[in-house]
Amino acid sequence: MADYSVKTAENTDSIQKGVCPPKPNPKWGREEESELFAQNVKHFRQKKLSEDDFRRFRLQHGAYGSRLQMNYSMIRIKVPSGEVNPEQLEKIASLSEAFSIGSAHVSTRQNIQLHWVQLEDVSEVMTGLVEVGLTTREACGNTVRNVMCSHFAGVCPDEKFDATPYAKAIARFFIRNPMCQNLPRKFKINFGCCANHGLAQIADIGLVPEIKDETRGFKIYLGGGLGAASFIGHLVEDFTPENRLLPTCMATIRLFDRHGNRENMARNRMRYLVHEIGWDKFQKLILRERSIVEMTTAIYTSSLFDVKAEEEKGPPPKTGNAKIVKLPMLNERVTLESPAYERWLHSNVISQKQDGYFTAFITLAAGDITANQLRILADAIRKYSAEGTARNTPQQNFAIRYVKADDLPDFYGRLASIGLANPGALTIASAVGCSGTTSCNLAITNSHRLAKEIEYEFLELGLDTDDSLRDSTIKISGCPNSCGQHEIATIGFFGGASRIGTTMAPTYTMLFGGSAAEKSELGKAIMRVPAKRVIDTIRKIIEIYKQERSDSEPLNQWINRIVSGEGTGNVRNIENMKAALTQAMQILPVDQDPELYSDYGNDSRFSAKTARGECAA
Amino acid sequence: MTIEKNASTSKTDIMEGMVEINENHDFQLPIICDVDTLRMLIRKEGVRVVDVRKTEEYQQEHIPSAVSLPLSRLLEKDTPDSILDILENLGISDKMPVVIYDNTFGALAARVAWSFQYVGHANTAILEMTFSHWKNLGLETESKINSFPTKKHSLNINYRIHADASYVEAAKDQPNTILIDSRERLNFLTEHIPKAKSIPYTMLSSNSSILRSPQDIKRYIENRGIPLDAEIITYCGSVGTLSGLTYYALKLAGVENVKLYSKSFKEWKSLGKSKEEFKDANYWDLSAD
Repeated sequence: MADYSVKTAENTDSIQKGVCPPKPNPKWGREEESELFAQNVKHFRQKKLSEDDFRRFRLQHGAYGSRLQMNYSMIRIKVPSGEVNPEQLEKIASLSEAFSIGSAHVSTRQNIQLHWVQLEDVSEVMTGLVEVGLTTREACGNTVRNVMCSHFAGVCPDEKFDATPYAKAIARFFIRNPMCQNLPRKFKINFGCCANHGLAQIADIGLVPEIKDETRGFKIYLGGGLGAASFIGHLVEDFTPENRLLPTCMATIRLFDRHGNRENMARNRMRYLVHEIGWDKFQKLILRERSIVEMTTAIYTSSLFDVKAEEEKGPPPKTGNAKIVKLPMLNERVTLESPAYERWLHSNVISQKQDGYFTAFITLAAGDITANQLRILADAIRKYSAEGTARNTPQQNFAIRYVKADDLPDFYGRLASIGLANPGALTIASAVGCSGTTSCNLAITNSHRLAKEIEYEFLELGLDTDDSLRDSTIKISGCPNSCGQHEIATIGFFGGASRIGTTMAPTYTMLFGGSAAEKSELGKAIMRVPAKRVIDTIRKIIEIYKQERSDSEPLNQWINRIVSGEGTGNVRNIENMKAALTQAMQILPVDQDPELYSDYGNDSRFSAKTARGECAA
Repeated sequence: MTIEKNASTSKTDIMEGMVEINENHDFQLPIICDVDTLRMLIRKEGVRVVDVRKTEEYQQEHIPSAVSLPLSRLLEKDTPDSILDILENLGISDKMPVVIYDNTFGALAARVAWSFQYVGHANTAILEMTFSHWKNLGLETESKINSFPTKKHSLNINYRIHADASYVEAAKDQPNTILIDSRERLNFLTEHIPKAKSIPYTMLSSNSSILRSPQDIKRYIENRGIPLDAEIITYCGSVGTLSGLTYYALKLAGVENVKLYSKSFKEWKSLGKSKEEFKDANYWDLSAD
């Protein structure tokens, strides 16, 4: 057959107009790993490979079993530092169409996931990913997972320097590294950019750029993490200079590998080890281990941590016309009646430290995006972003950076043409939801759909235009494990099953007052709410807040006061709040309100079904 | 590679040198007809080109010499006699090469091609690309309405390529018979004929062609543990278009014994036959559509 490649007028047009040349292939993937995967699937089917051995291999290569259907996989594509280029987005689009469900899914740890891929096709997807430099290697399993980096890194006005090349260099150093192929449990490394952004305190190792005496370095937090039991990370020392970054990370992983709990799967994350032996002792062990690492690491090994190699090769994008950066909508109030573009500007666009450039966010519903949308987005990134890449965010959105002020209307138009211009990305409307019962073995509730329902409803109500709610967040997990990061939400929820009267119903435990970044707080459990009452309950909380708040106090601050029992007026503390909400929440028996006893996406009666979790194979 | 409009050089000339066509139309088409072969056949007036898009689309513009046969017209009756009438009215005689195209990633063309082969017109192929693709390459089109004198065509039903519901019902317990569901993954998960394997039609095409290379398709089949000498029955949602494309994909990959369950899952359901479904997962809520 003849091979004619289609060059549509539109394609040619965008390449010519592109402001940034194509990115070099980052080469995270390796062709031979897809071949090995295909081979091992065959061996597994022929029973030459045991189920346990195969599971371990499969997870190490980024394929997670689908809910109650182990013949299907969720493929987790690692996106180190969240940086993903247009060619990669286009490839993910075509792979999702061919082998998955025609949509891709942005996770809360900057991975991009493809669901319900037949096990036999996983190697095909992997082969496609390698072509554009992506990998699924060590995206699951007991190893160093995707290395996250604040999506503001490089453009944040408050950062000391851009952490991105460090994040990528750390990812490059540990991927396939023999020292972390069989840890007691998964291991997460997160880079922040400043005190206000990123998730540095809820990772095994969290790092925030710092400069001391003109030397670059980091504030390093250890032993944080969310889960059935959550902890905030501890600061190792006031300042860790750049040249001790790698030894500190290596020392931590070595200690965990040696002392971590390999017996009890429920308590084998490093944060439990830190908790059990106590921070003071753990800190001493780390500092001693680091000296050993520094004295014993070969120069060759250290040279594999190469920050320079991960830096952008070209000069940074030239500053736009600094005179025309006035975008009043970013700061002025908008309403439900404001033009759609102004509403989008207000809640999805922020200025960068580079004059004349802006970062625009793409609001996705619980992280889902169709193949067609990915293609248009890729095209728009080439055309409008001077850095020519996107970052995905733990809020399950995309950040498109380096957009010039005068390009914003066209950019918006392009996004709007394909349903990607919803407002609310930086507001309470952008609810986070893990995949829940849509694909996860552990899930009890359909957290994914609930997050979507909240987003639709809140945008409909125009809550994105209410600046007093702007900095508050809603995050939902479908079980007590915290993939939805519910514990760092202003209002968080995790799914469960409860008996109401004599009937089982899907419910969520609601938490108040969580926050992220360098002053992380874990949310405090308040009460259980039936799944179908969650939206009404949040609206009721907002209603009470409007009545009770003092002055212009934003919702998240008011909630913090309620949690600490320092409220004023009629609702002062958690007990008052519970009473007010319980009163408003109508709970009728199942024969009078059957819907209350079913979950989103299910007509039939609720029953909690779960299977073995795969994280800890 | 791009082809210039009215190009009369290179590959086409070589093809002309290699292939002799005579008035008896004994040029035997492959399963998929490539662009160069079709253009050569059109110039030699040795082919009937069939456009299965909607009438209005045909009227606006089509591949030179093409006749119009909207899929809906074929499906009105969809009996061997009615298909034979269609062949005769389009001026197609027993051995004439017939090349069919659509603008729906090859699925509609595949269904029509299969129907022609079912009633005995073996010399039928689908064009390797859609009409839009053809046009994007800048290849020649015309808008004149073509019709040809009626030809006599004999009826020679090829029962080996067709399956009805009772055949499928019996076949699903045969160890060497495999059912393939061509619908998209979420539809398959929702419900499917028991024991069917999922190969969504979306797996079959590449950017440049309505079907990927035979090697790719062969690998997909073998990865699923399906032997190439198995009897394979394809089906899809309603009228056998998506599964028609799968039919040709399998043929291309070298599977000899392929059958199309042309009335597909719509009929299966209406007959109240048994189904398999994946309960307990809300996979539809992952879709961003």
